[in-house]
Amino acid sequence: MRRSKSTHPSYLAVLATFARNSLVRDMTFRGNFLIECVTSLAWMTMNLYFYMLIFQFTQEIGSDTGWSKFPFLVFLATTMLVNSLVQTFIMPNAAEFSELIRMGNLDFALLKPIDTQFLISFQKIQWSSLSNFFFGAALLAYSLARLNHVPGVIEVVLYPVYIVTGVAIMYSLMICLAATSVWMGRNQTLYDFWFYITTFSRYPIEIYKGGLGRPFMIGFTFVVPILIVANVPARFLAKPLQKGEWYLAGYAAIATIASLYVSRQIFRKALVGYRSASS
Amino acid sequence: MIAIASSAGLWWTILRTSLEERLAYRADFALGTLMRFLPIVTQILLWKAIFEAAGEKEIAGFQYKDMVAYYLIVMISRALSSMPTLASSITLQIRNGDIKKFLIQPVDMIGFLLLMRVAWKLVYYIVAIGPFALVFYLCRGFFDGWPDAATMLAFITSLAMAFLLGFFLEVTIGMIGFWFLEVSSLLFIYMVLNFLLSGHMFPLALLPDSIEPWVRALPLQFLAGFPTEVFLGNVTGEAMLRGLWTQFMWVVFFLATSRIAYHYGVKRYSAFGG
Repeated sequence: MRRSKSTHPSYLAVLATFARNSLVRDMTFRGNFLIECVTSLAWMTMNLYFYMLIFQFTQEIGSDTGWSKFPFLVFLATTMLVNSLVQTFIMPNAAEFSELIRMGNLDFALLKPIDTQFLISFQKIQWSSLSNFFFGAALLAYSLARLNHVPGVIEVVLYPVYIVTGVAIMYSLMICLAATSVWMGRNQTLYDFWFYITTFSRYPIEIYKGGLGRPFMIGFTFVVPILIVANVPARFLAKPLQKGEWYLAGYAAIATIASLYVSRQIFRKALVGYRSASS
Repeated sequence: MIAIASSAGLWWTILRTSLEERLAYRADFALGTLMRFLPIVTQILLWKAIFEAAGEKEIAGFQYKDMVAYYLIVMISRALSSMPTLASSITLQIRNGDIKKFLIQPVDMIGFLLLMRVAWKLVYYIVAIGPFALVFYLCRGFFDGWPDAATMLAFITSLAMAFLLGFFLEVTIGMIGFWFLEVSSLLFIYMVLNFLLSGHMFPLALLPDSIEPWVRALPLQFLAGFPTEVFLGNVTGEAMLRGLWTQFMWVVFFLATSRIAYHYGVKRYSAFGG
């Protein structure tokens, strides 16, 4: 009797299939694909222009923070890299998830012999958003070449690692928000909520001070850790690391694992609470 | 006489049903409005950091508190002039054939959409007045008290025109759907330009002198920047009157353009299916 090699599908092969299917779909409408690339680049350019304008009036953002023009552009490039990965791999799926629940189509995902969270997280890849990734990478290269210091080998190696942890934290937050649609049915406000709170991740941690800033700094570092998403990797390259700042890197690693764990638990709870909506 | 009364009755019914439809989700809506102020927090903190580092009292004629006041007032202007999903819903109706109901019913499409938006904005303000009042009370330190009656009148006039301009501009863009079926990318570019050039993202005074006059020549500043500058007293006297007149002319221009586009669009239109 022949035994099958494994009862589990190869996740890597499934992921590759998802990637290929998404690419085939995107390439079917090539004109549209190109326009999507151009429009998302327009958004990036606008953001960059805003900060270029600001640096016409000031040398630095926050006095003695070290966020002068080129270090800040490294920071901006980092937020672009993280966000482009989120938009490419996570956003299209999260938007789909609440629809799956509302229409009762989650049944089909539950029936498939593969982890449900994996299936609904990576089914779609929006390749056009990768254009932002290249824009971010170009901006990173441009501003790195103009820094006053050369980042060390360890910093350069850790940078991509912490970009990935940043994406993982954003992913966890998105899964948590998407999972709540099981209980709420409609969660348009929650998607707005995602947009509004992730706005906070796009600024250097130093600006969150004083009576107004501090509570946000604490909340978005220790409760919903989105402030460390871009701040930690950007700091590796933009500024020579101070002694105390390595704790931040350690904390970011722990926060990523904790975020992934919590989001997994919330997702599983949501699935238990799911009742099919189909007739 | 009877015809006018029945027509008024019709428009009143449209307004009432739209009001009821919007009030159905009021709790979700009030929460959404309050959250919309969250990015303001980052703007306040960002500009505080910029002013601290710049060491200047004024940047492009704005002190720190004026800058925050600007961002707060611009939210009111944008809340009135933004027309989410208006253009895309028109193109969708053209594409899926829904628009034919306006061709056979004695209801004017643009008028219908306008009343629906009036109702939406009314509901928006009825529900949002709470969150707005709370945020403005908390931020009262950024303002130098209320402007005088004449400025207030000019501000309200300019807001009303910002609403109309936003409406007719988006309807005009939506009408492009008669010629091109898919305009979502065009809408996105319009959104980006609008955010950047209307004064929503930052006061237009920050722009370099070589660019600012060109941007001011566009109608976009009347959707956000101009009403705000009127309220804050940055534009006064003759310049203000000239601005209001230009805003009025832009409203008339886009009203006419949307009408003409609709007229020719309908002639091109062919409906399929049942």
